[in-house]
Amino acid sequence: MDLRVEFAGLVLKNPIITASGTFGFGLEFMNFGDLKRLGGIVVKGLSLKPREGNPMPRIVETPCGMLNAIGIQNPGVEAFVRDKLPLLPWRETAIIANLYACSVQEFGDLTGVLAGEEGVAALEVNVSCPNVREGGAAFGQDPTQIRKVTEEVKKRAEGKPVIVKLSPNVTDIGLCARAAQDGGADAVSLINTLLGMAVDIRTRKPRLANVVGGLSGPAIKPVALRCVHQACKAVSIPVVGIGGIGSAEDALEFILVGASAVEVGTANFLRPDQAFRIVDDLPRVMIKARCKEIAELRGTLDI
Amino acid sequence: MVRNCREVKVRELRFLGAWDEPSDFVELTLENPGWEGYRPGQFAMLRPKHWGLELSWGRPFSISRADDDSVTFFFQVVGRGTQRLARLNPGDEVIIWGPLGNGFSAPVETPTMLLAGGMGLAPFRGYIEKHPTPEFLRLVFAHRPELDCYPYAQMSDKVRAEAIREKTPDDLPLVIERIETAVAETAGGIVLACGPLPFLKTVQQAARTHKVRAELSLERSMACGVGACLGCVCKDGQDKHVQVCARGPVFKAEDVRL
Repeated sequence: MDLRVEFAGLVLKNPIITASGTFGFGLEFMNFGDLKRLGGIVVKGLSLKPREGNPMPRIVETPCGMLNAIGIQNPGVEAFVRDKLPLLPWRETAIIANLYACSVQEFGDLTGVLAGEEGVAALEVNVSCPNVREGGAAFGQDPTQIRKVTEEVKKRAEGKPVIVKLSPNVTDIGLCARAAQDGGADAVSLINTLLGMAVDIRTRKPRLANVVGGLSGPAIKPVALRCVHQACKAVSIPVVGIGGIGSAEDALEFILVGASAVEVGTANFLRPDQAFRIVDDLPRVMIKARCKEIAELRGTLDI
Repeated sequence: MVRNCREVKVRELRFLGAWDEPSDFVELTLENPGWEGYRPGQFAMLRPKHWGLELSWGRPFSISRADDDSVTFFFQVVGRGTQRLARLNPGDEVIIWGPLGNGFSAPVETPTMLLAGGMGLAPFRGYIEKHPTPEFLRLVFAHRPELDCYPYAQMSDKVRAEAIREKTPDDLPLVIERIETAVAETAGGIVLACGPLPFLKTVQQAARTHKVRAELSLERSMACGVGACLGCVCKDGQDKHVQVCARGPVFKAEDVRL
């Protein structure tokens, strides 16, 4: 059975990638499985300078999901390159850097720091974080901005594959995917979290200090599948499926709809070895789906 | 010491007592998950295998005690997760990952004041059992529900212990005063505290006033327990966000802003 996938210049040993913000820098999970067995790891969102993130509380559990408003707390791109990247098994597993910035210029500068790093296999551009007032969502909701950011990152990426991570908080996800493609993106990944909210009638306060936050987990999987389906129809570049994927079955559903690979996010909180378990379970579920290789299933949804 | 993720069986679920509110105090004993050991003050994440997808996270609990055979947690039913945990049966499978976090200092032959507020009693049971010089330990336990809701008797027979109850809000000033004097009495030694936030603030303030070394164990909602989600942060002495799960849950009193 062949679990390998190839897309956007990347060759992954399987289609299971851990999603940004749910797997730290990978190192936090080394005691729970062999990182080399994963298809890829998207590290926590990186900014040019360190960020403290939003005030507490910043996570809430909701039925079949969770809200988060972390606000891209991270030690900054230089600390990542210096302290984290050398410890990761980047020769064996694709380490994908997730980029967050507040302006086109800053996205470019951030790309400049990472472009020469041998250990970084690809760049995922976060134009869709709902938890930061500046940048993030603003870029993600405007196709013109998506194209501009993509062009700038692509220009400075020195040939590294550029994956643009899209927000579902838009009217037409296809339009956004096309804007990324027009800007030169090698792939798009979607969906980021859905903007949501939770309140407490006892305290009469919002449950997140940021008031609103991003909804993730199994609750959003149908929305994610729909968005991936629409994006696959809108663009010719590869699509990476994200949103509520917690099992090998879920992963294959996204591939059936047209995704080249998938990212596992909130499921990493069900138990810390969940991503590894999904990899282990893939062959069994591929038999169920009657396919010998991933490419055989991709985009074969019978409508 | 290994951190791992195992599926183990429930050995025993014991209800210690109930308060006037619909709340239960529960002692949950699981099979030993193959730990080589643990440091009192460390915690573990628990998630019953049959939970399905409705609850997205495991639940963090301080390790109350552990031996070669089993590991025990002590909790109060407060929400959806603890309600379900309190309905487990012997033989049910629980996914457990730990031991997590750093744990309390355990200096030998040093006067050590254990200050527990309510559920904050949990880690000190194992602390007392494992300490090489227990004759240097003292326990002051502040509580609201009746004493038999807590595993206090199993601790008070091993060290010098006293319990002080806040039966009504009028008792609060007395409790605060006792906490403050307990800290002051420990000059030259170390205070270890675990309890609700106002309790920890009182200890922190008293430790500063009386210049006594103190460690505080913090409680937070957690999604991952391993330092990845950044949902459980507190502010350190430099006003920087640090993960309670990975950098704590025990902090030196001067290194944390409450």
